Amino acid sequence: MSNRATLAFETPARALLDRFMRHRLAVASAIVLFVLVVLSLLAPLIETLLGVDAEAVDLFLRYAPSSSAHPLGTDELGRDVLVRLLYGGRVSLFVGLTATIAAAIIGTAVGLGAGYAGGRIDAMIMRVTDGVIALPVLPLLIVLAAVDLGKLGLSASLLGSENISLYRIIAIVALVGWTTVARLVRASTLSLKTRPYVLAARAQGAGARRIMLRHILPNLASPIIVATTLSVGNVILLESVLSFLGLGIQPPLPSWGNLLTGAQETIWESPGLAFYPGLLIFVTVISFNFVGDGLQDALDPRARDRRAADRH
Amino acid sequence: MSAFLIRRTVHSLIVLFVMSIVIYGLIGLMPGDPIDLMISADPKITSEDAARLRAIYGLDQPLWSRYANWLGAALTGDFGYSRLYAQPVWQAIWPALSNTLILLITSLALALAIALPAGIFAATRPYSLADYGINLAAFAGISMPPFWLGILLILVFAVTMGWLPAGGTADSAGVTGLWERLQYLILPVTSLTLAGVGGHTRYMRASMIETLRQDYIRTARAKGLSESRVVLGHALRNAMIPVVTVIALDLGVLFSGALITETVFAYPGMGKLIYDAVMGNDYNLALVGLLLATALTLIGNLLADVTYAGLDPRISYEELDA
Repeated sequence: MSNRATLAFETPARALLDRFMRHRLAVASAIVLFVLVVLSLLAPLIETLLGVDAEAVDLFLRYAPSSSAHPLGTDELGRDVLVRLLYGGRVSLFVGLTATIAAAIIGTAVGLGAGYAGGRIDAMIMRVTDGVIALPVLPLLIVLAAVDLGKLGLSASLLGSENISLYRIIAIVALVGWTTVARLVRASTLSLKTRPYVLAARAQGAGARRIMLRHILPNLASPIIVATTLSVGNVILLESVLSFLGLGIQPPLPSWGNLLTGAQETIWESPGLAFYPGLLIFVTVISFNFVGDGLQDALDPRARDRRAADRH
Repeated sequence: MSAFLIRRTVHSLIVLFVMSIVIYGLIGLMPGDPIDLMISADPKITSEDAARLRAIYGLDQPLWSRYANWLGAALTGDFGYSRLYAQPVWQAIWPALSNTLILLITSLALALAIALPAGIFAATRPYSLADYGINLAAFAGISMPPFWLGILLILVFAVTMGWLPAGGTADSAGVTGLWERLQYLILPVTSLTLAGVGGHTRYMRASMIETLRQDYIRTARAKGLSESRVVLGHALRNAMIPVVTVIALDLGVLFSGALITETVFAYPGMGKLIYDAVMGNDYNLALVGLLLATALTLIGNLLADVTYAGLDPRISYEELDA
């Protein structure tokens, strides 16, 4: 019996992990992301440990250089830069993850519906999708971000919430971010729906809904996971751009994007203020891209085998 | 061919029409209206005056009838006045459009001049050190926040080195001469070029690797052709097909990049114009600016479709249309 345990075949999960571990940059990136998430979550604790208050304005201590009290110095209002960065990280990472997941859900629904329905419905939905992809998104988002939500008839209590800019940006990003997943899911659905097991399910009398959700969707997991991971980076970039332009997350709520808004004016006094937030965005985005790349290798062994063949 | 062009043009016009409705609706949802702005500028306006003005300008009518009025005027070439620039919208847009086209075309040309050779080079020696290096650089490029890249360039070349101006144009600084003009272009063009290079390199590399796996490439090699003949003579044209599509689809992204670059460098182009118009409640200008940006992207896509069919004789224009 003990022999059998040592000779056990790799479980699929184990094999997956092994393949992922071979992509060294992806592993390093996953660790970086883990550290960033933990540090952001621990922001209040670090704030207490340093004995500073993220929102305390001290005009006698503007642009202070780094010291033991303020490891990365202070900003134009004398606030601690490190703690502000960590709080900004909470917001940016939260927006990045939730907006991506929302976009992935919309994209999956659209792609699955279009691919399964086929014919005219498919052609029409895909034409709209292509249209959205080709549009100059950012100029349009700027108008969308400037829309007066009161005119849309949203309730006053929601509008008065200090997190309204957070909800708004998640909705906006999800609204334009679904196209990649939709195209991918639709392409896979088109091929999956002709597979024998789908025909078998239909022969047994399964309805369209059941076939889509129980038989096709689970087999779409890999492409959806890869595309979603790869788009977290883009979403974080989009949030940071809109916040930088003053149309995303509104101060005093910090995000990595809006921490850079004023940085250009203070670039002469304190170049660091223009450097750190951008560096964190850059590191986060590139890490998500590498993890996505690694997941692609791990989840699609055939692609990796082709790569190996190219080496010879 | 001409039937294809006509049909695609009609198609693009329909998209533009739909977008004009969407954008008009969105702008109608922006805070305030022109009369609110007049009231804030002149406290003597009474509420009766305001109601009368709203009636004169047709602002008391429902959105769809205002849109119909606007469309009627626009079709005769009357796009209204810009509030910010105090001149007809068209006159405000014209210089911005030419500035943006200079920026976009130069950056796209430079980005492709770097990305295509780099992608081909990497694809012909997959998983070599050079390939890893190029791949890493491309990943860094697509992960870079474009506005931060602009700020870093200002930090290095304007603040630290003092070699180049931090923003604006030669006209805004009141200098003339070709070199002075070029100086103001260097940082924005560099910024926008670097923002696009990474993505294009990755597409080129992936497409070339896929092409080099084809049987006809094996045949070409078996004939004893040199590697450069195989890659440049046989593979390149086929590998370019998906790349051209992606470049065309990315025109919207390029325009978005231009908006960021122009805002960071205070470069008076279409992107900054749209941004300023939205922020300054200049409804007429924002509307026309956005529509023009959309139209430019649609034209770019149309051109790409023509190139696409030109590159691949297997694709007939009729098929593309279906």
